[in-house]
Amino acid sequence: MNTSSSYQPLIRSEGAIIELSGVSKVYGQGLAAMQALSGVDLSIDAGDFVAVMGPSGSGKSTCLNIIGCLDVPTSGAHHFEGVDVGQLSRDQRALLRRHYLGFVFQGFNLLNRTSALENVELPLVYRGMSAAERHDRAQQALAAVGLKGWEKHTPGELSGGQQQRVAIARAIVTDPVVVLADEPTGNLDSARSREIMDILTELNQQHGITIVMITHEHDIAAYAKRTIHFRDGLIERDDHNGEAV
Amino acid sequence: MLGNIIILALREIRRNVLRSFLTILGIIIGVAAVITMVTVGGSATAQIQQQIASMGSNLRMVMPGKRMGPGMEAGNVLFKEEDAVAIARDVNSIAAVAPVSTRSLQAIFGNQNWTTQVTGSDNVFIVITNRAVKTGRQFTDSELRSGAAVCILGETVKKKLFGGQEAVGEKIRLQKLSCEVIGILEPKGQNTMGMDQDDVVIIPLKTLQRRVTGNQDVGVLYVSVSKNASTEKVQQELSVLMRERRHLSPSDDDNFNVMDMKEIAKMLTSTTRLLTALLSAVAAVSLLVGGIGIMNIMLVSVTERTREIGTRLAIGALEREVLLQFLIEAVVLSSLGGLLGIVLAMATSVLLTAVLNVPFIFNGPIIIIAFLFSAAVGVIFGYMPAKKAARLNPIDALRYE
Repeated sequence: MNTSSSYQPLIRSEGAIIELSGVSKVYGQGLAAMQALSGVDLSIDAGDFVAVMGPSGSGKSTCLNIIGCLDVPTSGAHHFEGVDVGQLSRDQRALLRRHYLGFVFQGFNLLNRTSALENVELPLVYRGMSAAERHDRAQQALAAVGLKGWEKHTPGELSGGQQQRVAIARAIVTDPVVVLADEPTGNLDSARSREIMDILTELNQQHGITIVMITHEHDIAAYAKRTIHFRDGLIERDDHNGEAV
Repeated sequence: MLGNIIILALREIRRNVLRSFLTILGIIIGVAAVITMVTVGGSATAQIQQQIASMGSNLRMVMPGKRMGPGMEAGNVLFKEEDAVAIARDVNSIAAVAPVSTRSLQAIFGNQNWTTQVTGSDNVFIVITNRAVKTGRQFTDSELRSGAAVCILGETVKKKLFGGQEAVGEKIRLQKLSCEVIGILEPKGQNTMGMDQDDVVIIPLKTLQRRVTGNQDVGVLYVSVSKNASTEKVQQELSVLMRERRHLSPSDDDNFNVMDMKEIAKMLTSTTRLLTALLSAVAAVSLLVGGIGIMNIMLVSVTERTREIGTRLAIGALEREVLLQFLIEAVVLSSLGGLLGIVLAMATSVLLTAVLNVPFIFNGPIIIIAFLFSAAVGVIFGYMPAKKAARLNPIDALRYE
C-alpha cells in the first residue's frame, strides 16, 4: 500500500517494453503435467498493437497471463520494462498490475448492481485516491469511451457493447502502459465489435498505449499492427501488418 | 486506504440489501435476546431489592404450623398475646414484637364496598413493617387496651371507599363493626410476591378479637430483631422459647415456624439472578448461531463472487486488501446486526417491564458488551471466508463460471 503514494509513471522507452525469453509453462506435475508453453521468445515494443491468435490450447491465454503478470513462467524469463517479473512476489506483481497494466475481459467482468462510474473507479480505489479525484478521472474515462451521461447506469441496464466500453474505461482510467484484452469482442455482434476496436485503436494511436489482444477473428486481428499465431505452445508465425486498418 | 476498503465493503452490502438483512437476522435476534434478558432480569432484581429495603429490617414472622407445611392447617395451635410479651421479654436482641391477626372482611362506606385484609395489631406493627401514618394519627394506648372502634386505612382501601375525599373522621363498617377512620397509611406498593401492601385496614388487636373473631387467638407474631444480632442465635432462642411455651416434648416436631422475610427475598433475588443468567446464556448461544449464519453467507458470497474477486486481483488488489474487504464486510454486517439488535432490545425491554410491572432500568454496560461481542462475531466468523477469498488464484478465479 505504501507504493501507491510513491507511484511514478514509467518512462516510455522506445525499445521493448515486454520481453519473453525461452518462456515455458508447465501445469501440474508428473504424468499429469501439461506443457502449455514450450520456450517462447517474444518482444513487444512500447506503442505496439499486437493481436494474438491460435486454436484453443495453443498457449495464447497462458502467454497473455504471463505478460499480464498474473502468472509466472516455469522456466525462462519475463521482463517488464526491464524488471524480472518472475522474481517478484505475488503482492509485488499485484502492484505492477495496479500501476502499469489494464485488463479487458471477454465476459466484461463488471460488478453487477454497481454503477458504471463506481465500476470505473474501482482500480483507483485500490490506488488510495481521494473520492473527488477518483470521480473526475472515472468520468473522463467514461467520456473517452463515449459513455458520457451513462455514469449512473448499472451493467444490467447497459447493452453488451456499452458494458465492454465501461470495462475499457476501467482499464484505462489508471493511465496504464499496457492494456491486455482477452477476446474483447468475443461476446459482441460485428457492429459492436467495430465500435470496441475503434476505441482500442484510438487508445493505441492517440495515447500511445501498448495493446496486446487475444482474438479468434481475422477481421478483428486486422486492426492490430502485428499478429502473432500460436500453435502447440510455440509462436508459429509473427506478421507485421504495417499500418492498422 | 482503509477508508477506501470500508467504502468497498459498504458498497457490497448495499448491493445485497435483502440478503444482508437476512444474514444479520440471527445477530439481531441474539443481541436483542441477550440485552432484553439482562435488562428485564436486572429490573426485576432491582425491584426485589427495593422491596427488601421497604420491608422492615430484620423482620421475622412466627407462624403456627409445621415449617414449610401448607400453612394454617386444622388443629394448629394458635398463639396468644402473651406469647408476644414472652418473646419480647425472654429472647435477647429483640427490638419489638407485634401480635397480628387478620380476617378478610368487607369494608363499607356509603354505597362503596371493598373486601380487604383487616389486620388486628398495634402501633408496633406499623413501625416494624416499615409503614407510617400519612395523615391522621396512630392508635392511643387506651384505644389499644379497650379495643376501641377505630381504624387506619391503607391507600388502596382509602381510594376504593373514599376516592379523592377526606377519610379521616368518617365512619366505615367492617362487617357489623362501625369504626372511625383515624389515619391513612403512607403508600407502600407491592411486596415481593406481588401482593398489594396498601390493601389493608388496621384496627387494634383487641377490637378484632372481641368484635370480629370472638376469641383470644393471635395468628402471627411479627418479630423485629435488633440490628447486628446473630440471626442463628435469635432463631434458636425463639425456637426454644416457643417449644417450651407450646409444651412440646423433645421428640415432637415444631408446630410453628419462623419465616425470615429477608431470607425469602434474598432467595427470590438469587433465583431471579440465576434465571436471568440461564436465559442470557441461551440467548448468547443464539448469537453464536448468528455468527455461524454470517460465516455461511460469507462463504457462499465468496464462491458466488469468485470472478469478481479475480477481477479485483487482476486490477491490482493485494491479498490483504481482499482479505480486509471481506473481513470488514463481515464486521460491518454483524455490527449492524448488533445495532439493530440494541434498538429491538430497548423496545422489547420497555414493553416487557411494563407488562411485568417492574421498573425499567437502563443497563449501559450490557449494551456495550453485546455490541462489541457482535463485532467480534464478525471478525471471528468472517475471517475464514475472507482468507479463502484472498487466497484465490486470479487466473482460476477469472475463469470461474
